[in-house]
Amino acid sequence: MKTLLRSAAAAAAIALTAAACGSGGPAEDPAAAPVTLHVFAAASLQEPFEELGEQFESEHEGVTVEFSFAGSSTLVEQIQQGAPADVFASADTKNMDKLTDAGLDAADPVDFTTNTLRIAVPAGNPAGVTDLASLTGDLNLVVCAPEVPCGAATGTVEEAAGLEFAPVSEEQSVTDVLNKVTSGEADAGLVYVTDVEKAGDAVEGIDFPEAQEAVNTYPITTVDGAANPELGQEFVDLVTGEEGQEVLAGYGFGGA
Amino acid sequence: MRTLPRWILLPAGLGALLVVLPLAAMALRVEWSDFWALITSESSLAALRLSLQTSLTSAAACVLLGVPMALLLARTDGRGMSLVRSLVLIPLVLPPVVGGIALLYTFGRQGLLGRHLEVLGVQIAFSTTAVVLAQTFVALPFLVLSLEGALRTAGTRYERAAASLGARPSRVLTHVTLPLVLPALLSGTVLSFARALGEFGATITFAGSLQGTTRTLPLEIYLQRESDPEAAVALSFVLMLVAVAVIALAHRRRSA
Repeated sequence: MKTLLRSAAAAAAIALTAAACGSGGPAEDPAAAPVTLHVFAAASLQEPFEELGEQFESEHEGVTVEFSFAGSSTLVEQIQQGAPADVFASADTKNMDKLTDAGLDAADPVDFTTNTLRIAVPAGNPAGVTDLASLTGDLNLVVCAPEVPCGAATGTVEEAAGLEFAPVSEEQSVTDVLNKVTSGEADAGLVYVTDVEKAGDAVEGIDFPEAQEAVNTYPITTVDGAANPELGQEFVDLVTGEEGQEVLAGYGFGGA
Repeated sequence: MRTLPRWILLPAGLGALLVVLPLAAMALRVEWSDFWALITSESSLAALRLSLQTSLTSAAACVLLGVPMALLLARTDGRGMSLVRSLVLIPLVLPPVVGGIALLYTFGRQGLLGRHLEVLGVQIAFSTTAVVLAQTFVALPFLVLSLEGALRTAGTRYERAAASLGARPSRVLTHVTLPLVLPALLSGTVLSFARALGEFGATITFAGSLQGTTRTLPLEIYLQRESDPEAAVALSFVLMLVAVAVIALAHRRRSA
């Protein structure tokens, strides 16, 4: 705890040099010294993590949680290049492996949630999509490229169902797929359950049994050499704990 | 050179370093042992072919539409014209993603024009036509701008002389005006080709991403970065070489 307070005071001194000078040195009450916790998380985690971040801030006086949401591979690359991350939450095990292979994990990664695929169609389902097999018909199907996690999952369900899709576009990210569906450019897209929830009334979701063949697991860990290791671990505990799981479930995420 | 103060060497040198250093850093990262294999993979070649094909088409479209635009802008005066000029040059300052969104609402299935085209059975989104549209949209101002400047500098002296000798307007245009500004026309065309070649934001927003149809070289580089960073670096290097060649060509034309 002592080291934490010391690093907190150091961070405060750096971040708020001007303010500290004005008040004649670091804050009197060390517990209230401002600390910024940097959480790097997969883009799909944005809504639940922002909610958990607010909760974390209210439970830790003087702590600000700053998020960086992007594709997991982009985040790993940034961390490898020295970006200041305390916590990393990946949308797949593959990208978490990249971090552990580089020896940048401070603790063993913990699987904290799962996500599965769902068919998204524009409101009103203009092309009359009913199941996975109906996606092979004459319609504008948009999926993720095989190079990104959601595309790999798409390939798995495709194989499990013994189908062969002919998409009009293989997008870079699941958000791009969703955008094509919400704008009505695509008649159907394969996205995550959580994306359908997020899109609200603009899209309708259709479940299919083959989705269980490609369950995506999300691991989380603290990052080696981070500025706030103890605080980072506390955030990880919040996410993996009961409260975190409840918030995640509220956005459509599955249990780990 | 003699009349310049010596101190400007410092900021000028720093500026040059800012441009050259990242390019050199990237070149240093190229895995030369695999270079050839990486840039001749099926997906790389498909992207390269599509990029050259669409950029050449876009450059041709820029000439076809841009030359008359530049002529009108350079040879007509009045308050309305400066407004028209600002509008025409908007794509130059607009983030390409915004251009892509604007194109989507014009030519998309539910767009202003796309809606009616859809009824006629013409679909632009997700097609190579969409790529060309996006590229032409962003590249057009480059040609218009460089040609308009040249036309103004050239003046109307020779045109009036030709007309007074009985040449019809079309003959004046093809035999006097255009030959006078030929170097600017060529460098403007090369520039618009280069801009089309590098187009990314509008394409990924509007056209989608499918190998051989809409996935141009910049989109391929962005996608490869997810799974195969070495291939992304190799392709980036190829694109850089093309850019250098294009600049050399445009510069030689201009100084000729």
